[in-house]
Amino acid sequence: MAPHTEQLTRPAVRLRGLTRSFEGRTVLDDIDLDLPAGQFTALLGHSGSGKSTLLRAVAGIDHGVAGSGTLTAPERVSVVFQDSRLLPWRRILPNVLLGLDGRDAGERGRAALAEVGLAGRERAWPNELSGGEAQRAALARSLVREPELLLADEPFGALDALTRIKMHALLRQLWERHRPSVLLVTHDVDEAVALADRVLVLERGRIGLDLTIEREAGAHAAYRTRLLRALGVTEAVA
Amino acid sequence: MTAVTTTTATPPGSTAPSTAEEGHRVRRRRRLSPGRRLPATRLLGPALVLVLWAAASAAGELDPGAVPAPWTVLETGARLWTEGTLADDILTSLRRAGSGFVIGLTAGILLALASGLSRTGEALIDGSVQLNRAVPTLGLIPLFILWLGIGETFKIAIIAIVVYIPIYLNTHAALSGIDHRFVELAEVQGLSRLAFIRQVVVPGALPGFFVGLRLGVTGSWLGLVVLEQINATSGLGYLMFQAQNYGQTDVILVGLVVYGIFGLVSDTAVRLIERRVLSWRRTLSS
Repeated sequence: MAPHTEQLTRPAVRLRGLTRSFEGRTVLDDIDLDLPAGQFTALLGHSGSGKSTLLRAVAGIDHGVAGSGTLTAPERVSVVFQDSRLLPWRRILPNVLLGLDGRDAGERGRAALAEVGLAGRERAWPNELSGGEAQRAALARSLVREPELLLADEPFGALDALTRIKMHALLRQLWERHRPSVLLVTHDVDEAVALADRVLVLERGRIGLDLTIEREAGAHAAYRTRLLRALGVTEAVA
Repeated sequence: MTAVTTTTATPPGSTAPSTAEEGHRVRRRRRLSPGRRLPATRLLGPALVLVLWAAASAAGELDPGAVPAPWTVLETGARLWTEGTLADDILTSLRRAGSGFVIGLTAGILLALASGLSRTGEALIDGSVQLNRAVPTLGLIPLFILWLGIGETFKIAIIAIVVYIPIYLNTHAALSGIDHRFVELAEVQGLSRLAFIRQVVVPGALPGFFVGLRLGVTGSWLGLVVLEQINATSGLGYLMFQAQNYGQTDVILVGLVVYGIFGLVSDTAVRLIERRVLSWRRTLSS
């Protein structure tokens, strides 16, 4: 879990000519994309723009979806879903350790839970947790595997606004400590700008905008305006 | 969550328009739910029936030949136990029901797993079981007697069939109803097929399995009663059938009581196991 600060130049994820379609309707249209190792990327788009399809393709869980193209991704990939997906019949710690074995697994699970602020809740049942806590547990479950790539599919979409702000800070902090490549799918422009170093806008199955975010004071509003315009939202931009 | 009885503020749901000078007293609404449960109320009804029965017998209102008094039934039971064959009959009946149940349980689980976890298995098994279900199992008795003879084998086979069907149906339904999101999670977490079955499929299907298990237990007693009363030379049902020939209503009642105890004990046992195994669900309802 040692933080490694050196940026690798080899891309963690490489898509070439990625095409996916549902019943003849093209959802992803010949996408070329490189995600450098350790980069925090947000993928913005309307609902139905294909952003979840892209994430599921990278995760390798798009069974039965027609498509072509090549795709390379790291060995250790973790996914955080919109719902926490904790198995209701297992307590929190075994949920975090799902699919993990080895003698020190328990220790690592406890450490991951502590890192997301859930120390002491190892023996709680999932339905005893609040929505935010459950999502923290899901984050711990993805972290404990020390992923090289973390895929997050609207992970905060079901949370209330206050919890979401706290979760943003937590995710950014965890990313700074462990430096996995992150692909965050969201439809929240502010969330994308607040968290990511690079924001992609997916539109009609293609990358419509590829924006690098520089963290400097006062830049947020300008990025927001550009992204909203790329998404076709002009009324709210004053 | 209960309403405060005396308050001067107008609640948002109040029917009368609020006035600035005076609000309305909130009166608690008439409760429409039956309210809190009384302790041990389930036993109240049966106890009342027993008291009425005893009272009517003591008053001589009941024909002892048709409905013997409760104490006569108890005496007959004790006599049959010490001098007669009641203990042997119970043992024989238990062995039949038990063997049939274990075979049916095993078959139900194995078939449900095979059919729920593989498309080939489903194609081969599910249709056949549905067809089997459509034929009333007790209607198979004549055929099974011709195939297996009138001994124990055919009785156990019939009970096994009565048991395996509800267990298969409910377990299979639970298996195919497992949340697809959990399957996806298992894929993402890199679970092996065996770990997936052990950690996701089996616990996810357990609630449905227990529904089938309880139906199966009931079914095993039902099958036993029918089989023993028509084609047996030993066992509880045979005892009762003989008593019918000699007009011994007290013996018939002893048999019914024993059947009742069998059913009650086995159902309670299944329910206790269920509560233990599915303890994670209790937190939902409490």
